[in-house]
Amino acid sequence: MLGELGVQLAAATKVDAAVFSIAAVFVLAGAIGVVVARNPVHAALMLVMTLFGVAVLFVEQQANFLAAVQVIVYAGAIVVLFLFVIMFLGVDRRENIALEPLRAQRPLAAGLVTAGLAGLLLLGVAAHWSVGAHSVAGRLRDQPGGDVAALGRAVFTTYLFPFEATAALLVVAVVGAVVLARRPPRARRVDSEDTSVPGDAGPSGEHTAGEVVGDPMEALAKTVADAVVSRLVSVAEDRPGGRPEGRPEGRPEGRPEGQRQEQPVGEGTAP
Amino acid sequence: MSLSGNWYLALSAVLFAIGAFGLLVRRNVLVMFMCVELMLNAVNLTFVTFARMLNDIGGQALVFFILVVAAAEVVVGLGIVVAIFRRRAGEGTTADDLHIMRG
Repeated sequence: MLGELGVQLAAATKVDAAVFSIAAVFVLAGAIGVVVARNPVHAALMLVMTLFGVAVLFVEQQANFLAAVQVIVYAGAIVVLFLFVIMFLGVDRRENIALEPLRAQRPLAAGLVTAGLAGLLLLGVAAHWSVGAHSVAGRLRDQPGGDVAALGRAVFTTYLFPFEATAALLVVAVVGAVVLARRPPRARRVDSEDTSVPGDAGPSGEHTAGEVVGDPMEALAKTVADAVVSRLVSVAEDRPGGRPEGRPEGRPEGRPEGQRQEQPVGEGTAP
Repeated sequence: MSLSGNWYLALSAVLFAIGAFGLLVRRNVLVMFMCVELMLNAVNLTFVTFARMLNDIGGQALVFFILVVAAAEVVVGLGIVVAIFRRRAGEGTTADDLHIMRG
């Protein structure tokens, strides 16, 4: 089998073989870099290398449109999204990958993946890699307009319904991302109440907020804090028997939103 | 004439194996996501190679849809990651930290 592959390699032009070899080196080096990089930012940059190598292999196989989309969507959007999330979460610090809580996991994973890869390659060699009917969905080569026009015709005729479903999928993804990324004001209120002492929590939290804010903001913060404290005191005095434990009860309804939002800010600067 | 498709298929199999290994071994959620992207790219390369070997446009059309689904998957997945780790600020972003449902 290897001899046959060698004959095929010789039959291809030297340029194609060189392009494939260099792109393959880039792809594999980038993939290994993603797996072994300790810093997530380095892993993302290694991923870019792999994606560009795959794009070169796409061009090499007359998939010009997909190569362009690969660079634009993957390297241009997805990796940037990864980097944005890494920076946003502040996890761009080194990770100790020598630490492994499960002792058997790495050998087991390596063995499993090697066995699967060997089985796959053996199957490919035994089955002559590609068998099946040619040009079922439409011819690829020697089409008017090249592969871009051929792909466009296929997408807008044969695959029209999946294409429309793709639009629905994208809308669902956008809505889901917005819902997930949006911080609901109610959750913020619950968080701020959880961190404070139950019972007489509100006024004391407001007091620290007023004290720790720096000089330029001090007057404004003091004003807001005093207003909130007086409001809370009046509410607590109105209600006999102290404040109940339930959250809707613990939050007085007459309190304006803006004053309540001050509390997490003050607590964040407290330590 | 371009290189025989066997080489591309073997390369994409190796790429898929590296991605699967990374997904099994790494603990950082974001790096695990990147390994999923590696596996998706290996499959894309396989589809493009089969499209060329069989002279069939269907493979390339499928890659087009895979790209769209991958983009949507990354958006929603990263949204979930951000939502989780904003609720649990300062507790790290490894999969080991997400043991709240452990029995």
